[in-house]
Amino acid sequence: MIAPNTDFLLAVSGLTVSFDGFKAVDDLSFYVDENEIRVIIGPNGAGKTTVLDLICGRTKATAGTIQFKGRELTELKEHQIVQSGVGRKFQNPSIYDDLTVFENLEISFPRGRSVWGALAFKRDAEVTDRVQAVAETIFLRDLLGERAEFLSHGQKQWLEIGMLLIQDPELLMLDEPVAGMSVPERRKTAELLNTIIQGRSVIVIEHDMKFVEDIAHKVTVLHQGKVLAEGSMDTVKADPRVVEVYLGH
Amino acid sequence: MVNGTHFLNRRELLGVLVLAALILVVLPLTLDGFRLNLVGKYLTYAFVALGLVLCWGNAGILSLGQGIFFGLGGYCMAMYLKLQASTPEATKIQSTPGIPDFMDWNQITALPWFWEPFNNLAFTLLAIILVPSLFAFIIGAAMFKRRVGGVYFAIITQAIAAILTILIVGQQGYTGGINGITDLRTLQGWDIRTDAAKTILYFVCALLLIGALLLAQLVRRSKLGRLLVAMRDKEDRVRFSGYDVANFKIFVFCFAAALAAVGGAMFTLQVGFMSPSFVGIVPSIEMVIFAAVGGRLSLFGAIYGTLLVNFAKTSLSESFPELWLLGLGGLFIAVVMAFPNGLAGLYASYVEPAFLNLIAAVKTRIARVASPIPDGARGAPAE
Repeated sequence: MIAPNTDFLLAVSGLTVSFDGFKAVDDLSFYVDENEIRVIIGPNGAGKTTVLDLICGRTKATAGTIQFKGRELTELKEHQIVQSGVGRKFQNPSIYDDLTVFENLEISFPRGRSVWGALAFKRDAEVTDRVQAVAETIFLRDLLGERAEFLSHGQKQWLEIGMLLIQDPELLMLDEPVAGMSVPERRKTAELLNTIIQGRSVIVIEHDMKFVEDIAHKVTVLHQGKVLAEGSMDTVKADPRVVEVYLGH
Repeated sequence: MVNGTHFLNRRELLGVLVLAALILVVLPLTLDGFRLNLVGKYLTYAFVALGLVLCWGNAGILSLGQGIFFGLGGYCMAMYLKLQASTPEATKIQSTPGIPDFMDWNQITALPWFWEPFNNLAFTLLAIILVPSLFAFIIGAAMFKRRVGGVYFAIITQAIAAILTILIVGQQGYTGGINGITDLRTLQGWDIRTDAAKTILYFVCALLLIGALLLAQLVRRSKLGRLLVAMRDKEDRVRFSGYDVANFKIFVFCFAAALAAVGGAMFTLQVGFMSPSFVGIVPSIEMVIFAAVGGRLSLFGAIYGTLLVNFAKTSLSESFPELWLLGLGGLFIAVVMAFPNGLAGLYASYVEPAFLNLIAAVKTRIARVASPIPDGARGAPAE
């Protein structure tokens, strides 16, 4: 057993998961610093989403460790991982259609997360102020009373980002945040991401290379469940192996 | 708009008042004792329907075994009442006096240990709530912690309902078997069989139902209520927002069970017996139909749906006993296919708008008649 590595916010080492013998993630190791923006790129089926699933506990690892602030995440349940400071945005906007924008955000407010806590939860000024501040940030200030199902695709993506923002996670994981967005929406989202990454680490999966160049501190290229290359955007772009499996297409 | 935290809005308050007026004033004044007792029996099913609105409508957990909890509540009450009716004097012709008659018929010579505490009324009242809740907790913890849900959960609840029925029927000496626990007479010496007692019990039942409605509304209006809706929609999103989803499902399942149990206990008191025929699959599914017809998303709808289906059942099954079950099945299919939100949904989309239009029209008319000033100068009343 390796001693907890406290130098990094997130230390993934030797992570492996196999589905019926197929290794979707194979002996993967990478480290994320505090306040770092890490982008994971790679061809389809490289295991990008599976890595996020493993970190947030949705998929159980076959082998390896995931240390977050010195805590072993592979032994925790999903809600405990969230409570320890990891937030996850899904690929398709995952919001509550039947609730209003306000209620969607309020549910993510990190208080009253037990059964009795939720029963006793009061919508006080602290909650209202925070919801309104976040709604402002995600461009939904005027739509707080709207049922979430009536939002546009881009607005739904923003709403889910807002739901994560209100949790104030130390590590934020975003799975293709600009997929399916129009060009102006992408621009606004990049702007949004640049404001919300202040004071936290972010792992982003993205295919849009322009977007990646704009935000990434460091890029990890995955291929067949393994790290193919890692480094700054320029280093990675110049790597012939990366060009061959991913960028060349 | 965004401030949905008020316990009851004006419309819901009006709904409670209308319901209270109906079951506390109109029905008692217009119905004879026999019919009123029947309505009282229907109202006991409405407790189950209320629980189903939260459990099925809001949280999306379909239980086809609510008869389990209705029955357990009813049996707890019946055990107490049976012991009251089994004094040594009243049972002196038995070979073992002082125990319930059916035990004597089954060659049991001493009161079983789990019957003993039911000599105590306070224990019984607690047990009515706690025994079914605990049972629901065990089922819920076993299923929801393993992430069993949807159709599988529904089938398992149905299987448990069937198992419990078989158990009760099989253990005749301890449970009264297929006949159930019958010949119940007094509650702390107060004869529950008289007309006056039945009327009082009807009012107790109606008041408890309104209490249950308000309690259910309180849960729905809390953040927990919104979480249930959120879970029905995107369970993973709730889980990855830091909530242990299984605990919330267990809570709502236990809550629905406790409501059903209160209904069961009131059933025993008003009807005067409890038998396995209220525990099994058919009554459990009937209870789901009551909630579906009334509207699984509306607490009021569930109560009115229960009353209407039962009125229909009583009047139709007298004339066409064979056709009734088929009719009930057809009704269920029709509701699910054509009006998934039941009567409450129909009311909200057709009756209420028409009604509001009518009120608005009348208001404008009155305003016009009352003041000679033309409309434009005053503006029509809001709404």
